[in-house]
Amino acid sequence: MSEEDWLRQDRLPHIFCAGCGNGTVINCTLSAVEQIGWKRQETVFVSGIGCSSRAPGYISTDSLHTTHGRALAFATGIKLANPQLNIVVFTGDGDLAAIGGNHFIHACRRNIDLTVVCLNNMIYGMTGGQGSPTTPMGGLSTTTPYGSGEPAFDLCGLATAAGANYVARWTSYHVRELTRAILTGLENPGFSFIESLVQCPTNYGRRNRFKQVADQIEYFKSHTILVEKAARMREKGEMIPPEMILAGEFVRRNRPALGVRP
Amino acid sequence: MTRTEFMQGNTACAEGALAAGCRFFGGYPITPSTEIAEHMALRLPKMGGVFIQMEDEIASIAAVIGASWTGAMAMTATSGPGFSLMMENIGYAVMTETPCVIVNVQRGGPSTGQPTLSAQGDMLQCRFGSHGDYSVIALSPASVQEMFDLTVEAFNLAERFRSPVFLMADEIIGHMRERVIIPDHVPSNQRKPYEPGSLPFRAGEDLVPGFPAFGKGYGVHVTGLTHDERGYPCATSPKLHEDLVKRLVGKVEGARGSITSCDILNPDAEVVFVSYGAPSRTVQQVLHDHPDDNIGHLRLKMVWPFAEMVLARFTNAEAFIVPEQNLGQIAREIERHTDKDVVTVPKLGGDLHTPGELYAIVENLK
Amino acid sequence: MRHEIRFSGFGGQGIILAAVILGRAAVMYDNKYAVQTQVYGPEARGGASMSAVIIDDEPILYPKVATPDIYVIMSQEGFEKYGIAATGEAQMLVDSTLVHSRPSCHYIEIPATREARESLGRDIVANIIMLGALVAATGIVSRSAIEKAILDSVPKGTEGLNVKAMTRGFELAEEAISR
Repeated sequence: MSEEDWLRQDRLPHIFCAGCGNGTVINCTLSAVEQIGWKRQETVFVSGIGCSSRAPGYISTDSLHTTHGRALAFATGIKLANPQLNIVVFTGDGDLAAIGGNHFIHACRRNIDLTVVCLNNMIYGMTGGQGSPTTPMGGLSTTTPYGSGEPAFDLCGLATAAGANYVARWTSYHVRELTRAILTGLENPGFSFIESLVQCPTNYGRRNRFKQVADQIEYFKSHTILVEKAARMREKGEMIPPEMILAGEFVRRNRPALGVRP
Repeated sequence: MTRTEFMQGNTACAEGALAAGCRFFGGYPITPSTEIAEHMALRLPKMGGVFIQMEDEIASIAAVIGASWTGAMAMTATSGPGFSLMMENIGYAVMTETPCVIVNVQRGGPSTGQPTLSAQGDMLQCRFGSHGDYSVIALSPASVQEMFDLTVEAFNLAERFRSPVFLMADEIIGHMRERVIIPDHVPSNQRKPYEPGSLPFRAGEDLVPGFPAFGKGYGVHVTGLTHDERGYPCATSPKLHEDLVKRLVGKVEGARGSITSCDILNPDAEVVFVSYGAPSRTVQQVLHDHPDDNIGHLRLKMVWPFAEMVLARFTNAEAFIVPEQNLGQIAREIERHTDKDVVTVPKLGGDLHTPGELYAIVENLK
Repeated sequence: MRHEIRFSGFGGQGIILAAVILGRAAVMYDNKYAVQTQVYGPEARGGASMSAVIIDDEPILYPKVATPDIYVIMSQEGFEKYGIAATGEAQMLVDSTLVHSRPSCHYIEIPATREARESLGRDIVANIIMLGALVAATGIVSRSAIEKAILDSVPKGTEGLNVKAMTRGFELAEEAISR
């Protein structure tokens, strides 16, 4: 099988805008699932509401497209009732960190055996570009027309603090690294959280000085700093500019986990 | 072996669920329903089932729906504030046709209200609380025995109709202890299996599609969006939406005459009590104390869908007296279906109507 | 014949448990009907807790206690809140160690807490002494039924102590009645 065999051909074309980063991350995820060798009938994709959450609808396994913010709670029920199933949750920044924030921290605390791929476009894309908990300070959106005045959420820091077994961040530029991180997440028992920054040219990029799709991808490339390098800089007392994106693996550990296949 | 127990209503509910085959409970502690969760936490792990205390009631009903998609019989239990939180996902269960049982041991509201005292104020919320048009099944127990029996029935109906089914209990019945007979075996309905290759959301004459459980290789897509018979989102076709919603409502409403469950006493009476839940006990006392008055009693064990045809069984009825622990929620439904007098007897605050209060109304009507 | 029994005391005395045991004795071992209810308050410890049992040979319809005919009162606050209105035909058992007031109805004094502490070495079984006294004074359930229900309900390892407490309750009631 190839990644394409995991798609519901009868549902294509998809609803994502031209230049959207979601397709890249979905491909990386399917590639990782393909590499680990999961079978279609043992795999379930779950999601909430938002652009990212439309992904399971295009994947040919059993899939549950749930309510806004609640995907992790639904997935918890599936996994506990049948630990034989492999579960991947697609979510977005608004879905996971705003309305679903409480479920996120408790899923991390339980360390339930799910792999969560968060497509963080820093905006509510589907509803036309409202500010989200990860919209950067000063970022423009329809609900932050004068620039966001709130600090953004560090989702990986949150997942690490709350107890997830595996936490990593990459961007839609880092296809190979992202795929490898997702694969590691799939392999790792317990709660695996992989955040990928994605470009949303329609609702984020064009309001925030990324005139072309490539501009934001280029930005991801030039503004990424590896976790290891950041640590070395801190040791030397060097400042890490606040706009830099920390990427790489934040934690890989073996806390007691829930719902792991016996 | 059938056994007799002296048991609390909430415990009997949990035992009924286990007897029916429930193997997943997701819940959040809330008075006065908590004993159900506690009993499930004690019993489920020893029966190969799963108990999980979720972070709130939204997550509880979500986990229950998720578990149900693996084929498990699943339930949650709560009270008013938690019930309010569950509303969105209850609509999701309706839309995705997910069998599950939701117990509401009702307490005084609105808001935090009276956590330890009885009420029936959520009867319309259970019918209409989630957004959009839909229909549900709701049962209302009037004894500890019925906490057991109607929980079993709730599971059977949920499986048969692929629908959330509510056990709308109240604090009085949930918390009291009395004699209960636990049978060896209970009747059990399983959800209709899915025929591989068929469209997963295409229904036959009974309007209920077969259930394509996860993990069998069916590759079913389940969404709360308006969907076609393949399960694929199609949220912009007026006709498709109308057909889907009408089928979801129709599968329940169309069956109301055949599934309704009630006790009818003295059908030739001119004055008839209509009750459900705890106030039924007062009505029963009134009939017992005044056997010569020929007072009628319609006791609803199933409140929703409301089977208006049973009102016509009281051929001589001049008035229906409706005692409820609310300001007249089901009385309003009865008014919709009869041209006879409907006398609401509201009671708030947690107390049960006394036999004296109810008999005085009968005397006034004479 | 319908009997309505009200128990009151402070949280932690086992007021609710006493009522549950009585109901269980009636249903499980005397083949009667019983309904047990209670006031759910925050009185896990202290305060005035209350529980009620209805016992009847016939199925019990109206499940609430309106006018109890038997009271078991184990604290002064419980008396003031749930016992003071007892009049007429009612009878009351008071724990005379802790209840200073006396009702206008017929009553007997059972020094349950003192007896539990001094003779049995454990305050905690005062409720079982009161249960024993209740059964001996009223015959509301049989002695064998209450014993079996107590044994069903108390923690493992405390059966002997509780049966002793129950028996002491029988004796205290017999003494009080014969006085």
